[in-house]
Amino acid sequence: MEQRSEMKKVREKTKRKTKEVEEEEQDELFDINNKATEKDEDDDDLSDSEDSQFSGLEDSGSDSEDEESDVEEKSSDDVEEADGSNDDPDKQRQQTKVKNNKNKKGATEGKQEKKGDEYEHDTSDEEDIRNTVGNIPMEWYKDFPHIGYDLDGKKIFKPIRNKDELDEFLDKMENPDYWRTVHDKQTGRDIVLSDEQVDLVNRLQRGQFGDINFNEYQPTVEFFSSDVMIHPVTNRPADKRSFIPSLIEKEKVSKLVHAIKMGWIKPRRVQDDSKERYYDLWANEDSSILAKHRMHLPAPKLRLPGHEESYNPPPEYLFTEEEKALWEQQDPEDRKLPFIPKKFSSLRQVPAYSRFIHEKFERCLDLYLCPRQRKMRVNVNPEDLIPKLPKPKDLQPFPTTQSLVYRGHSSLVRSVSVSPSGQWLASGSDDGSVRFWEVCSSRCMKIVQVGGAVKSVAWNPNPALCLLAVAVDSTVLILSPSLGDKLVISSSERLLAGSQEENPSEGPQPVVWSETEGEELKEGIHLKIQHPKAVHQVTWHAKGDYLASVMPDHSSHLQVFIHQLSRRRSQNPFRKNKGLVQCVAFHPIRPFFFVATQRYVRIYNLVKQEMAKKLQANSKWISNIAVHPGGDHVICGSYDCKLSWFDLDLSTKPYKVLRHHKKAVRSVAFHKGYPLFASASDDGTVIVCHGTVYNDLLQNPLIVPVKVLRGHVITHDLGVLDVTFHPTQPWIFSSGADATVRLFT
Amino acid sequence: MGGTQKKKFERGSATNYITRNRARKKLQLSLPDFRRLCILKGIYPHEPKHKKKVNKGSTAPRTFYLLKDIRFLLHEPIVAKFREYKIFVRKLRKAYGKTEWSAVERLKENKPTYKLDHIIKERYPSFIDALRDIDDALCMCFLFSTFARTGKCHVQTIQLCRRLTVEWMNYVIASRSLRKVFVSIKGMYYQAEVMGQLITWLVPYQFSHDHPTDVDYRVMATFTELYTTLLGFVNFRLYHSLNLVYPPKLDIKAESELKGENEDEYAMDSESYPEKLAALSASLARVVSTAEEEDAQLDAFPTEEEDLEKVEAREKEQMQLETQKKIFEGLKFFLNREVPRESLAFVIRCFGGEVSWDRSVCIGSTYDATDETITHQIVDRPNVDKSYINRYYIQPQWVYDCVNAKVLLPVEDYFLGVTLPPHLSPFVEEKDGDYVPPEKLKIMALQRGEKPAQEQDDDDDDDDDEEEENDEDDDEEDEEQNEDDEDEAEEKNLKEMEKQKSQGKSLQVKVTPGKMKMENPVRLEQEEKAEEKRLAIMMMKKKEKYLYDKIMFGKKRKIREANKLAAKRKAFDDTEKAKKKKTKN
Repeated sequence: MEQRSEMKKVREKTKRKTKEVEEEEQDELFDINNKATEKDEDDDDLSDSEDSQFSGLEDSGSDSEDEESDVEEKSSDDVEEADGSNDDPDKQRQQTKVKNNKNKKGATEGKQEKKGDEYEHDTSDEEDIRNTVGNIPMEWYKDFPHIGYDLDGKKIFKPIRNKDELDEFLDKMENPDYWRTVHDKQTGRDIVLSDEQVDLVNRLQRGQFGDINFNEYQPTVEFFSSDVMIHPVTNRPADKRSFIPSLIEKEKVSKLVHAIKMGWIKPRRVQDDSKERYYDLWANEDSSILAKHRMHLPAPKLRLPGHEESYNPPPEYLFTEEEKALWEQQDPEDRKLPFIPKKFSSLRQVPAYSRFIHEKFERCLDLYLCPRQRKMRVNVNPEDLIPKLPKPKDLQPFPTTQSLVYRGHSSLVRSVSVSPSGQWLASGSDDGSVRFWEVCSSRCMKIVQVGGAVKSVAWNPNPALCLLAVAVDSTVLILSPSLGDKLVISSSERLLAGSQEENPSEGPQPVVWSETEGEELKEGIHLKIQHPKAVHQVTWHAKGDYLASVMPDHSSHLQVFIHQLSRRRSQNPFRKNKGLVQCVAFHPIRPFFFVATQRYVRIYNLVKQEMAKKLQANSKWISNIAVHPGGDHVICGSYDCKLSWFDLDLSTKPYKVLRHHKKAVRSVAFHKGYPLFASASDDGTVIVCHGTVYNDLLQNPLIVPVKVLRGHVITHDLGVLDVTFHPTQPWIFSSGADATVRLFT
Repeated sequence: MGGTQKKKFERGSATNYITRNRARKKLQLSLPDFRRLCILKGIYPHEPKHKKKVNKGSTAPRTFYLLKDIRFLLHEPIVAKFREYKIFVRKLRKAYGKTEWSAVERLKENKPTYKLDHIIKERYPSFIDALRDIDDALCMCFLFSTFARTGKCHVQTIQLCRRLTVEWMNYVIASRSLRKVFVSIKGMYYQAEVMGQLITWLVPYQFSHDHPTDVDYRVMATFTELYTTLLGFVNFRLYHSLNLVYPPKLDIKAESELKGENEDEYAMDSESYPEKLAALSASLARVVSTAEEEDAQLDAFPTEEEDLEKVEAREKEQMQLETQKKIFEGLKFFLNREVPRESLAFVIRCFGGEVSWDRSVCIGSTYDATDETITHQIVDRPNVDKSYINRYYIQPQWVYDCVNAKVLLPVEDYFLGVTLPPHLSPFVEEKDGDYVPPEKLKIMALQRGEKPAQEQDDDDDDDDDEEEENDEDDDEEDEEQNEDDEDEAEEKNLKEMEKQKSQGKSLQVKVTPGKMKMENPVRLEQEEKAEEKRLAIMMMKKKEKYLYDKIMFGKKRKIREANKLAAKRKAFDDTEKAKKKKTKN
């Protein structure tokens, strides 16, 4: 029966084939490829039925997908089995065509064609005809001798199972086909798989398609493509609205037209050709615009780079370690260079400069944000700034060199004074002695121990007398050194003795005059004027009769006393305390008295008993004053390194302030005869200046520094303490903290 | 006293200035627009002479603009364009919001643009003015042309900058106006003399930039906008002054030569022509094809005797310049791939040399490395694989140093693997008293035509110089010291004598032969003069003294710095010598 059915199928198939061929011939639209697919499918059907008969694979009850693939796989040998040899070339042709099937057009038509006999080939509901139990678990027949029923309703008995474990094992060992033997539960038989079937199983296990000839990567056939087809996709007729004009569109267009008319919408701008972008802008230069730019300040150009910016600078421009550390410590604004110089051995090693964009940006900011100002650059030759002064050579004589040094004191020499004859020099020191020197030989003639630090010495300016006033602690001593002319000595001693007669006895006086006796008298101390406080300075009137002493004190009005030697009388000219008195001086000619407090110099008229003038020294602390022998000019030294020259006829402010010294000015002095003045300072120098005073009131005094005298050694931060001129010669004496007195000639 | 009371700050300088905020309000502009306007129009704040008066008594820090400047801005057509742009942005935003894409499209097509031509003309009324101010423009364009074409700014701007800078370089080559080159750690400085104006620009090295975050690129972009316009017009004018075609075209002859086989591989068709121009290897086409350069002989005018020297000096300078222009003429260079091609090609071509490079480095190479006529190959690597006997292998610094020295320097110092001599800045002009590096002295000697002396001699000379300098400085101090010394010596003598006296010893009555004290009249005179000066300085007025001190301080500092450099150099040389000796031993 099986045989029969097979035969029948074959016949059927051949019949169909021929029919199809005819169809193909009729329909010229079909091309060869369509045939191929079509025939392939035909073959599938055929093989399907055949296969089910021969191999019985269908019975396995596996899902339909499996079946299909099996079926496809089988196709080739099925064809061989079928005797229809006329199929064979056809088949081969199909296969080749399938492989290089590139035409997409045919595919759709082929499918359409296939529609007709779609169900003819469908095997999905085909039942296994050998066992009619259907797709049930076969365990249900476990206890029965049969396993189902055949088409005629007769039981199909199980094959006699005589195989035990041993048989099984022997079979496994001996049967070369054991590995491909499969037990079919539905029929209860063992089936040996053919090579093709094994192949199929392998392929399926690998996840490949069952059919070798199946091309997984067939070109896709696009249903909708860019090509315009002659036939519409759908058969739906066009709407009516596609034939009548749209109202909405009309409205929109009219709006646009209106907008264009009104100029709201501009037509597309024509791109200007970039080639014509540049032209000769300065073809006709006119200077009319130039006038606008008068205030224009062009931006300064960037500084040009120096050697240090080179990629390979000379070694001296590279930073040392310290310089580098300093550079890194500094703020970016304080740095001298905005970068660290670096050296690279070749050009290819130079990296990009990391701050390049920053610098350019800063330049941009400078250009538009930085306020500009025109600044006149001072291009002065420094030599031109130096004032043209008469040459010191032309202003001679003045002391130039140190010629003598008077040594002997053991402590700093506070004060020096020269006798009016110019022969003798007295110096008072902190070691408690007053020494008398012969000027020319620097020989110490006499030493008088006064028993205390000598603050000030002053020689009586009267050439007929030979007296010295010495300020020691709170007393002023009148000394007669008994040097020089006998006549002079005797006259001065007579004066001291003669004045004894008048004795003031008007109640308790602040100042006590007393005469000395014994040892002191032998040394030459004749008179002692006892003051209430420590005396700092003594000075004589030009005539030599009056003597002024200064006791600086904040709280008292008893700061200055004027003593009259001939009458042994003292008086305090001031009732009020006007400040700490630093220094006093008598006017050389007229009855004026100069009192220097810390900041002012007051000039009193002694006759009228009133203040004549008050000079502002413009300094912090006056140290010393000196009066010009003419009497119209005063110089005034101060502790803040200044020396001020006052012209009394001119103003109460200094005519000139000289800042020659580096340290406090201790003492100032005028020469009696020559137009010279000098200042001594703590910086160890004595500066001699030429100061001509003209009789013509309109001509200002000429002040020229002529010499800086050095020689004193600075000890304990003190330099030169006192300075005084020789009365007749252009010589200068200076006493210093180094316990010496020096003569400069 | 009659008359109305005068109000303060209603006349004088207070009315001449206006603060920034008030100016902005007057112009009705937002701050960014105001900034842009100021940049474009070149308006900058002014520092008033009396700030407090202008500030109406207040001392708050404010920036002031000249009222005239701001009035001048009022009538600027660009301001209207700014407002138009503002409106455009508003419309565009609206269209985006409503998703009306067609409107967006239409708006974008009609984006308002402005031209800066009239501003350029106004800011630079004459061509020379424009040239004078072109330094910054060049720097900026060269910087922008090295930017990557992503982010930061428009690609068109970058391309335009590149185009303009290439045009500029081509002009400099054609006119041979390059004068100085300096390789610094920041980039390359070039100085050209164009129409009598010295123009210096800085080109960064060809690396990608790491863009800083604290830089406002809008400001830079606005400047670039102005600068590209300026540079374009300047280039146009310059090209026409040389009878060159603008926009630049390659010479027909050169173009045919340059037609390489691998043109397509290097660049697209649209880009290959600009690239060829940028290669700087070919000369440009001229309007008049037979443009034989003929140097007009300057007529010699009869001059007065005083000017004769000047004229001679000028002639000499001219001669030198002519020789400098032709310094590389007849030399044939080949650039290895590791050297900066553009810079070297530019410099060599500016001075008449022929230059080429490997075909794969850049378009426009004219001959290969195998060419036998090549005289110099510029190499920047330790060794070369294949060397030809008939050419020098030198490092790139040689080219730059030759240009600066205006003579061909000996090549020995620049061979491969040799430690290069320092590269000096050509922009430093030493005045007397400044420190001059010894290398510069050497170059100066070469320029004078002297042969390089032995190194040792040189060193000695240097030492002498330094000593002299030091002497001068110390002179004054020395004098003082001498005086002091003498005094002290005398005192010592006296002290000894006194000591002996006080000890009761009888003085050694002995007459020792005295020494003649030689008085140097010259020295005495000098001393006298110095003293005179010192005394005169003491008499200076306070104000003048201050100024004088300041000047002198500056001078002294300069000397100190020079001395420091000299000392550093000496120390360095000493260590070098010591090292040499060690290696010898």
